[in-house]
Amino acid sequence: MFEGFEGKGLPASFMSAGTSSFTEFLREVRPELLPGHGLPAQGIAAEHLTPDATTIVALTFPGGVLIAGDRRATQGNMIANRDMEKLFRTDEFSAVAIAGSAGIGIELARLYQVELEHYEKMEGRSLSLEGKANKLSQMVRGNLGMAMQGFVVVPLFVGYDENHDKGRVFSYDATGGRYEEQRYHSIGSGSVFARGSVKKLYREDLGESDAAKVALESLYDAADDDSATGGPDLHRKIFPLVDVITRDGHRRLPTDEVARLATEVVQGRAVRPDGPTAPLA
Amino acid sequence: MPFYVAPEQQMKDKADYARKGIARGRSAVVLQYEGGILLVADNVSRTLHKISELYDRIAFAAVGRYPEFENLRLMGVRFADVRGYQYDRRDVSGRQLANIYAQTLGTVFSESLKPWEVEIVVAEVGDTPDGDEIYRITFDGSIVDEQGFVAVGGSSEQVSQALKDRFAADASLAAALDAATRALSRENGEERELEAANLEVAVLERSRDHRKFRRIQGPRLVSLLEEGRGGSAAGGSTTEDDA
Repeated sequence: MFEGFEGKGLPASFMSAGTSSFTEFLREVRPELLPGHGLPAQGIAAEHLTPDATTIVALTFPGGVLIAGDRRATQGNMIANRDMEKLFRTDEFSAVAIAGSAGIGIELARLYQVELEHYEKMEGRSLSLEGKANKLSQMVRGNLGMAMQGFVVVPLFVGYDENHDKGRVFSYDATGGRYEEQRYHSIGSGSVFARGSVKKLYREDLGESDAAKVALESLYDAADDDSATGGPDLHRKIFPLVDVITRDGHRRLPTDEVARLATEVVQGRAVRPDGPTAPLA
Repeated sequence: MPFYVAPEQQMKDKADYARKGIARGRSAVVLQYEGGILLVADNVSRTLHKISELYDRIAFAAVGRYPEFENLRLMGVRFADVRGYQYDRRDVSGRQLANIYAQTLGTVFSESLKPWEVEIVVAEVGDTPDGDEIYRITFDGSIVDEQGFVAVGGSSEQVSQALKDRFAADASLAAALDAATRALSRENGEERELEAANLEVAVLERSRDHRKFRRIQGPRLVSLLEEGRGGSAAGGSTTEDDA
């Protein structure tokens, strides 16, 4: 299909395609590059083919939103990867994190990054935050066939909404259902524990650094009770990833800052293994 | 009317047609400055851009007929995004894009009755000034690797000459912008003052993360223009840091 790519110019659709969506364009010219393409339509027990990415937490704070993820990928009872990156900067004001089948999730996140940037370049303006959230919903729905075979991918989408000057969090189910979350949310295998932990530590007036601390505490709690979630690894110097999005744009917290906070969390647990307590009254 | 027209004559007619079409429009200039590459076009429209982003380090500037170069821009964005998605973001280069444009324009020029009245610049900012690349692609698909600066469109020769006298690869942004606007104001032999309202300005900023392309507009453009004018009135190049 692409013989003429280097030699005689591009196929006509490069000039004439009437879409600003990268996914639609790719489906037209290079469908084999789409995530999950070529995987069998019918299959049995294919889950072992790609590892699972685990716990993600996101919480808002005044003027922004923060998202953090552990680094572990598991394959059954094995640890497949200790330092996986599940957080993706999608553009200046948004980020997405994935839980579930890692191989397909990473492809999906990569495609989504290009999708947002492509639209912005084609149209000369970015999508609204809702527009971005809806687009992701359609892409997750596109993966439904794969999800039915066990390759479930669920993203968590966060972004700074310039129109309302606040951070927002969107969660998804495997059918593409989109749910806006208030204040905080967690996805992945350790999400039950992480969400419980954030629920107790969350306050409306958290600063950026305290919000990062809360996220790290909750990931520690998830790792404490869920074998598929990795805690901070002080010896190997592998720490959770933390992305912060405010009106100044997207910023990944530098490793030494996360290391400092994570070390505080671990040292705190040496004194109180169950972590900080929330006041009863 | 089955007249015989010699191929030479046919090509010459087409070239004349394209040149005339391009000469009717205003020019654009692309030049290096200390922080990367500056792109400036004489354009009154705020939404019909002559300067755009193609990819992380690559920008596009064009003159001539808007629908024709807009088509080329969209094609370049699609090509770059497919390439970058298929391989890696670093595997998209200005040279590839310049080649694609050259092939497309070459094919259109030789095969269709009406050549496209466009002239294009593809600029890529490198990690160091030595890595910067600026390509000029003309309506017939010829491609030129330019050093330091280039002017396209209207009366690009006059503009280019004016720019040559003022160009310095290590000029500050304000000084480079001043050189560019002064060169553009020499167009068609006339001398006119270019205001922020009829300039489209963008930079490929070497030190920026991810996407290097950024438009300069509004108050920032006005203050940069003032700074540049002040600097050159005080005699020669200014070394003030730009904010």
